[in-house]
Amino acid sequence: MRKLLRIELFKIFKRPRTYIAFGAIAAIVVLIQVALKFDGKSYMDLLLNNLKDSFDFSDEFKTKLLNGYLICFVILNTLLIQMPLLVALISGDSIAGEANMGTLRLSMTKPISRTNYMLVKFTASVVYTLALLVWMAALALFGSMLIFGTNDLVVLRSEGIEQMKDFDVLWRYIAAFGYAAVALTTVSALAFLLSVFAENSIGPIIATMSIVIVFTILSEMNIPIYDQTVKPYLFTSHMVAWKGFFYVKADAEGTTINGSIENLPAILRSLGILLVYIVVFFSSAVWVFRRKDILT
Amino acid sequence: MIMKKSFLFFLLLAVLVNARGQTPEEIVNKVKAKLEKVNDYEARGKMKTNVVFIKAPLATVKVYYKKPNKLRINNESGISFIPKGSVNINLNNLFINTTGFDIIDVGKEAGTDLRIIKLLPKDENADVVLSTLYIDEVQSLIKKAKTTTKENGTYELEMSYGKYAEYGLADKVIFSFNTKDYKLPKGITFDYDDGSKKETNPDKLKNKKGKVEIVYSSYIINKGVPDSVFK
Repeated sequence: MRKLLRIELFKIFKRPRTYIAFGAIAAIVVLIQVALKFDGKSYMDLLLNNLKDSFDFSDEFKTKLLNGYLICFVILNTLLIQMPLLVALISGDSIAGEANMGTLRLSMTKPISRTNYMLVKFTASVVYTLALLVWMAALALFGSMLIFGTNDLVVLRSEGIEQMKDFDVLWRYIAAFGYAAVALTTVSALAFLLSVFAENSIGPIIATMSIVIVFTILSEMNIPIYDQTVKPYLFTSHMVAWKGFFYVKADAEGTTINGSIENLPAILRSLGILLVYIVVFFSSAVWVFRRKDILT
Repeated sequence: MIMKKSFLFFLLLAVLVNARGQTPEEIVNKVKAKLEKVNDYEARGKMKTNVVFIKAPLATVKVYYKKPNKLRINNESGISFIPKGSVNINLNNLFINTTGFDIIDVGKEAGTDLRIIKLLPKDENADVVLSTLYIDEVQSLIKKAKTTTKENGTYELEMSYGKYAEYGLADKVIFSFNTKDYKLPKGITFDYDDGSKKETNPDKLKNKKGKVEIVYSSYIINKGVPDSVFK
């Protein structure tokens, strides 16, 4: 199993297209960092426009606000749509790519069960997803901390503002990246499942992205009929729960309680739902693959 | 007999003057005189922000003041949302008006015995329309103040005094101010909907009073504050 996993990882990281995702993330992160480094105040003015009638915002305030923690939050928000595509690039190709190249049938002649084969393939996809996430964390979080420094983190929500002391932020990012790993693994599992049905990797990649886009739109729309019936069951509604680590509790006077999370049970529930999705997608993929006539 | 009548007349006059107490002008002048002892200060304190749509941590702040009306609140280690009009936490600011005031005595506040005095700026173009001061006559200290402005609504101040009372500097100031509606589109914020109940009444989120409370731990008075602090 371990040897097989090493072979799968070798195959993934040997392909040049694997690094497209790493390049794309680096490009997005660096572009955002450069833009905010040179024109961050305009961006701050845009964000604070709603508050300027009630508060005075000095240049010093804006400089402090535009710190590495906020930049990382902005980057994570922006990458919400792109990351699933990058993950699907590899997971969607996992089985369909082998079928396309005609190597799937050959692989099945090896003395390994189809379940184990799928387990290895999926584990390799998850390792790739985690590598991508670590790469993004290194660039977006530590890179931004290095360039912009650190300070309190201010998170703007649609109906309120959350502010955390700087010493209370880093553990939230670690938790958020851990959660994001599970969220992206869900997308990876979906692409992996779709990959079983196809003999060309383009199909599962596009299908995965289409599902993610449609579900994301449904998750973000405020339509009462969907709020209680559809939205709670869409995995995309729960993929953004990493933000829950940046929603803090406050006392009766609105003072942030350091180290608190506004609604931890909701985050754990979302995490549980994503884990169920991963199990369902992967089990379905194995179930279908075990019954599949492999002709290529 | 004449001597006796004259004595009684002066005695009655003295009693009447005493019963009338200080005139509002005298009270205001005494308060001003106390405040004018301070040319500048640098104060340390803890600031608590209480605005309906903001969750903010307790901040360690330095407050700088320099005559006539320069005031700066600096968060030492983080970020603080400083409300508009916060310059009014410096009480000297209440009396800055080149054309002077009409002073109206409203009497005493029931329960607290504070003297209520209203200041009406003579300049019709002044931003401040009316200031109402609640003054402790004995100590010549402003305990409460309400300032109504043309542009930014009404500010309210509540002060508690301690060891810096001789300079008219408070140990604790609560500054209340008007806040405007806050709302950002969900398409920008991509909020996580955790299923918790949201405030459904939009009126509760807009035009509410915000409060900033500063508890001072120390003042450095009249030791000089560079102008660069206020830039």
